Amino acid sequence: MVEIDSVSKSFNGKAAVDHISIEVRDGEFLVILGTSGCGKTTTLKMINRLIEPDKGKIFIRGKDISKRRPEDLRREIGFVMQHAGLFPHYTIAKNIAVVPELLNWKKNKIKDRTVELLRKLNLGEDLLKLYPHELSGGQQQRVGIARALIANSPILLMDEPFSALDNITKSDIHAEFKLLEEIQSKTIILVTHDVPEAFELGHRICLMDEGKIVQIGTPKELLYSPANEFVVDFFSETRLLLECKVTILHELKGIIALDHFIDTYGFSENTDLWRALQVLSARGDAILDYESMIGAFNTYRKHQLA
Amino acid sequence: MTEQTLWQFVLEQQQKLLIQVWQHLELTFLSLTFAILIGVPLGILISRKKKFAAIILGFAGILQTVPSIALLGFLIPILGIGPVPAIVALLIYALLPIIRNTYTGIISIGYSILESAKAVGMTDWQILLKVQLPLAMPVIVAGVRTAAVINVGVATLASFVAAGGLGEFIFGGISLNNSNMILAGAIPAALIAILLDKGIGFLQNSFTNFRILLISILHSFLLILAIVYIRTNSVDQQIKAGFTAEFMGRQDGYLGLRSVYGLQITPVIISDAIMYKAAFEKDIDLISGYSTDGRVKAYDLLALEDDRKIFPPYFAAPIVKVATLKKFPQLEETINLLAEKFTDSVMVSLNYRADFLKQTPENIAKDFLVQNKLYRPSRRGQAGTVRIGSKIFGEQYILSAIYKILLEGYTDYKVETKTGLGGTKICFDALIHDAVDLYVEYTGTGLLVLLKPEQQIISNVSKDPAGTYNYVKSEFQKRFGITWLKPLGFNNAYALMMRRSQAEQNHIQSISDLKKYE
Repeated sequence: MVEIDSVSKSFNGKAAVDHISIEVRDGEFLVILGTSGCGKTTTLKMINRLIEPDKGKIFIRGKDISKRRPEDLRREIGFVMQHAGLFPHYTIAKNIAVVPELLNWKKNKIKDRTVELLRKLNLGEDLLKLYPHELSGGQQQRVGIARALIANSPILLMDEPFSALDNITKSDIHAEFKLLEEIQSKTIILVTHDVPEAFELGHRICLMDEGKIVQIGTPKELLYSPANEFVVDFFSETRLLLECKVTILHELKGIIALDHFIDTYGFSENTDLWRALQVLSARGDAILDYESMIGAFNTYRKHQLA
Repeated sequence: MTEQTLWQFVLEQQQKLLIQVWQHLELTFLSLTFAILIGVPLGILISRKKKFAAIILGFAGILQTVPSIALLGFLIPILGIGPVPAIVALLIYALLPIIRNTYTGIISIGYSILESAKAVGMTDWQILLKVQLPLAMPVIVAGVRTAAVINVGVATLASFVAAGGLGEFIFGGISLNNSNMILAGAIPAALIAILLDKGIGFLQNSFTNFRILLISILHSFLLILAIVYIRTNSVDQQIKAGFTAEFMGRQDGYLGLRSVYGLQITPVIISDAIMYKAAFEKDIDLISGYSTDGRVKAYDLLALEDDRKIFPPYFAAPIVKVATLKKFPQLEETINLLAEKFTDSVMVSLNYRADFLKQTPENIAKDFLVQNKLYRPSRRGQAGTVRIGSKIFGEQYILSAIYKILLEGYTDYKVETKTGLGGTKICFDALIHDAVDLYVEYTGTGLLVLLKPEQQIISNVSKDPAGTYNYVKSEFQKRFGITWLKPLGFNNAYALMMRRSQAEQNHIQSISDLKKYE
């Protein structure tokens, strides 16, 4: 779907992005992860030509984007900015309607679609008349997402969209966002420095450092088959959390009796281990089940690391 | 005769006042419109091509600092006189605040907002119209408000180039020592400035489609009226007269031309700094000149004979407070060294050197004193400072320079010159309030502008130069404690002037001859 082919970009002689190649598959959720200054945002902005690469090419559906009019390209790509990037002089309704108006949609169609998105993003219709500064940070970011989704573009680029939010708001939005019907079939590229966020959302994670890709792979691959010491160190702080998050109960099948847990606690085979352990540890009558699940995880983990 | 109140003056002159207010609005409004049409696009341009920003803002800043009367002077050869050069000058003054605020308003929009506009797929034009201009609008409008207030003030100077406006009353009043006239011009001008500022502010805070429509309608309406005004203002007469605001209000001026000569001409009002050039450039044909002005010679103008004697003698003499003469004992004796040292032709050629040969008053003054064997180098004395005032025309600059050199050579006084006091009233008030110690006044002006006696007395004392001089000397002493020192010997009378070629062609020699061409 999106193919980045040995692209480089430098600012004032310093390489920000250095010969990067990434292939993002149709419908894939790719997270580009790295510390600030690693080149992840530059990479993202080259995809909708907010930044032009010095070298290399980018293709979308096989077509070289440098051959297209930037405005047309951008209208086909949803873009969510770090601080929502809403226009302060527009009402929320107008902010959401920006792209459809550029695409000359009919008024009714814009209105119906706006209302539909508001409902999905848990925003009240009463917000439509307000201006961005009258909204909370979380609401603004939801509006920013609505604006990016409204035109049904097949590709969504997200530049640290949740980084300005507090932890509780962030995990709420994460949960909503993941379940959002609109994003299931989209190709999404999200840039973040937040490791748990990357593991929560990404089908694949592309870890970058100093303008280069260190490793690109599924969350499991990054944890259990790190390419080098940098990858190991990068996740060392939150490692246990990440391992529990990327493991689903289905993977413990055969080590413990899953049916018991599904029946007793309402889990499914897709429940992640982190969530399961949290439920168990919160219940006073589940001490033994908790211990047996930890045990099962240890066995599973030994197997993975081997 | 009881003094007229401001209200009486306004009632009596209400028609003139309304015309002036209307002209003032037109001038301000038209120039502001053009300044917006030019300034906003320029501001937008330099916000995109930043390398031009310093040049354009710098250039607009320089234009802003050009004195308005000088700017009008530059414009006359190109644009003539009347509303057009006035509007162009006003436009130039309004440009800087509008360009700068447009530029500042646009470049201070946060980068993330612009990036956001790009990211949703807006073109450059869409970004400008949908994002940058709306967000910069409060700053741009603030610039327009500043420009509007500046323009209301500068538009008073439009009266210098025959473009009308409230300046006619303001500057006429200053020249004629008529406070009511000054206030009748100044108060409406201040009110226009305040109303315009508040009005634009009000519109800015309440932009709706309806209001925008209303503004557009009003705007086009005013534009049409303004164009009509410019057209009617340039109606052709056989002989186009341009008189100063002061001349218009004087018995020994326009009033006398009407009552004594029965002339029915409709003159435009113009500044004395500009009228000679305007006559030379054939923008006007008849001016109210001063007989000793150097430009009479330079531009080959002919002074028409005052065959019915409406212009009294205007012999020049220094005036000074009696108390000041006591304070500076050597002053009177030294100043009087110049008594009768001038004639009309001497003064014309001195003025010619200043007005046309562009020599400095100081050089002209020194040469004059050397020729008359009166020059002595400065003693650099410190025995007190004498302040010499001068009105705002060449002759007065030269005379004050002559006095400075003379006094500093013959006495131990130090001399400070306060030049460019903009009119009889300002100069005289400065003397009364001890802001200056001495300046050169003219007997006719002292009589008609400062003393304003009854018509009978005027006719009696203005028959001969000595009569006028003696009358003003004794009356000034009585009323103001001011004495007239000995006359300098030249008569700088009012005179109606025409280009010599035109006068000869039409066989005009005296003012009475003009009757044929009114």
